[in-house]
Amino acid sequence: MSERIERRTVLAQIAAAALTGPLGIAQAQHVHQETAAAKNNGVYQPKALTRHEYSTLHGLCEMIVPGASKGGATEFIDLLSSQNPQMLAIYSGGLAWLDDYARSQYGANFSALSAQDSTAILDKIAYKKNETPEVAAGIRFFAWVRRMTVDAYYSSAVGIRELGFMGNKFVKEFAVPQDTVELAVKRSAL
Amino acid sequence: MFQVQRSAPIADVVVIGSGAGGGTVTKVLTDLGIHVTLLEAGPMLHPETDFKEHKWPYDYPHRGAGEGGASYFGHGRDFGWFSAHAGGWQLEGEPYTVAEGSKFQWFRSRIVGGRTNHYGRISLRYADYDLKPYSRDGIGTDWPISYDEIAPYYDKAETFIGVTGSKEGIRSAPDGMFQTCPPPRVHEVLIKKASDKLGIPCIPNRLAVITRPTNGRPACHYCGQCGRGCISASNYSSSQVQVFPAMKTGRVTLITNAMARELITDSDGKVSAVSYVDKATRTEKQIKCRTVVLAASCCESTRLLLNSKGPGHTNGLANSSGVVGHYLTDNTGFGLGASIPALRGMPRYNSDGMGGAHLYMPWWLWDKKTEFPRGYHIEIGGGYGMPGIGSFAGLAVREEGYGDSLKKKIYEDYGSHVSFAGRGEMIPNEDTYCEIDNDVVDRWGIPVLKFHFKWTDAELKQVAHMEETFTAIIEAMGGEVRPNARPVEQKISTGGEIIHEVGAVRMGDDPKSSALNKYCQAHDVKNLFVADAAPFVSNPDKNPTLTICALAWRTAEYIAEEMRKGNV
Repeated sequence: MSERIERRTVLAQIAAAALTGPLGIAQAQHVHQETAAAKNNGVYQPKALTRHEYSTLHGLCEMIVPGASKGGATEFIDLLSSQNPQMLAIYSGGLAWLDDYARSQYGANFSALSAQDSTAILDKIAYKKNETPEVAAGIRFFAWVRRMTVDAYYSSAVGIRELGFMGNKFVKEFAVPQDTVELAVKRSAL
Repeated sequence: MFQVQRSAPIADVVVIGSGAGGGTVTKVLTDLGIHVTLLEAGPMLHPETDFKEHKWPYDYPHRGAGEGGASYFGHGRDFGWFSAHAGGWQLEGEPYTVAEGSKFQWFRSRIVGGRTNHYGRISLRYADYDLKPYSRDGIGTDWPISYDEIAPYYDKAETFIGVTGSKEGIRSAPDGMFQTCPPPRVHEVLIKKASDKLGIPCIPNRLAVITRPTNGRPACHYCGQCGRGCISASNYSSSQVQVFPAMKTGRVTLITNAMARELITDSDGKVSAVSYVDKATRTEKQIKCRTVVLAASCCESTRLLLNSKGPGHTNGLANSSGVVGHYLTDNTGFGLGASIPALRGMPRYNSDGMGGAHLYMPWWLWDKKTEFPRGYHIEIGGGYGMPGIGSFAGLAVREEGYGDSLKKKIYEDYGSHVSFAGRGEMIPNEDTYCEIDNDVVDRWGIPVLKFHFKWTDAELKQVAHMEETFTAIIEAMGGEVRPNARPVEQKISTGGEIIHEVGAVRMGDDPKSSALNKYCQAHDVKNLFVADAAPFVSNPDKNPTLTICALAWRTAEYIAEEMRKGNV
């Protein structure tokens, strides 16, 4: 017998359970495991960005959210850029700005900079308070990359696990851990 | 063998719309042995494939942002990628217009079950005084029915669809036939403690979610995803709870993708047929009928009546009073949230529960003097929702930065937010109504609705009170509310935004000032009934769906009795 239970099969069981009684939790979990089993065979090939743009973005995402590549951030941005010229313009333009700025400050493309130099650039463009005409475009671009990197990472299996999300399950009886309630009440002084 | 050409059969009852009202009428009539022809403007619903319940963001390459990252550019799916609705604020080819100086937005779902597939499922009875507003304070108009007349139908509706709650004995929030509500989550315990301090009642929520097996439907499995549609039908949707079971009786003819255009009347002034556009072929068809029930939604039913013109009713059918389109209201809405320091970085637990809050706050100042005539209830939010696109967008903008420090802030912020949303009564006013816009037709050639909308001082003061209250609760919890100096006119919801449109075909005892009698039967047209929120005379501080179900149930029983007597 196949160990793999199709989501379709489980859904049929849910429908049957409506007539016969409650659904076995073990069975039900297969829905999640099946939908969660996103397979990632092979290496992602950039669809919109050039190789250089892609690898620059990869490094940038990793600096914004360490581990971002495990959450598929670069692929996410490249894929959406391949579907939307407006998105592609933001990224190809922004990455070109970043290289241009890196060359003007340190004489090399962003991806070739030392950790110290690339960090110095990020410390400038990661904050609105640093806005000057010279870096305004970079600050706007960085806000885009940060937003989408955060989104990609925390919508990935690894990011969701890291946050400690414990839901999206079949639960027979909903219960709230009493010690957690007590801790919160204590911390709140209510 | 040869084919006999028969004349078209006459349907007993044609029900237009398969949402809360149409679903309830279909269930009740078919249970009584009556055949129903059910028209739905959208396609069939297939829960197993249509609902995104239990999906993870990473099940989709775009994670929920939509093709090309649509949500980043402000045109993502309304209510997010995972919502079970099949519609939105704008439907391709089916416009509506808004008068200059007004703001209004209209949410429509074109699918079997309509908006009940995704709605919030908050199920609150109207209070006795809600139905007699004029008698109480001289504002608005009394309903032609009392609480005692509608209460048995609240009982039937709650028992059948299943509603959680607890007996509280609060006059503004009448008790019903409740199933057990699951316990409050951690943040909800804190909210209740803060409310207790402020003297605001905070009680188990009343949601159309079943927590014990009911009529062959399994109990809730507490995934918190009601808005995505429930594959096990453990919450109320008219599609799964009423229409599908009714179809099994063999007494339903469901016609999908059927956009009602006009009601055709005979020389006696009765409705003899329903004209509709078959969207698949873009041809016009007619069904002859004995009786018709409009349940297309408050505004669609209004539109259909106003577009049904003929000799003797040149301003629309059932409209000799001229009230059709008037007395339209939405509930008021205002929301406020904050991160609560006590909740930051707390140990995690599975806080999913029902797809909605486990507590709520009914209106508590109903017997006190306030600066505004009508009240509101408070809906609450919080907990460790499934992370996804946009979960930390606000934080990233506020905190800026990058790297490990950003990750740490996100970890601590996650699950620390609570939110409060007020839903209050709007009093009907002369400047708020809908009418036919003769300049614009939809893709089927049907003239569209034009909306006029205005909030008055009564609603603005109420919303200002909401803001004060929510701020007080948040501060009592140790949270900080960011100052917001915008005027209240910019803080109140847009008309229609709360999706509680009611009242444009109101009921009443006097045919001069109302379109329908106390059974939601047209004064002018005896075989025409309305079973959505259009008959409502006022729009109390309670979400309308449960009252739609109760009133539709009552109307359906009346129709069956009148049919038995040969009156319709």
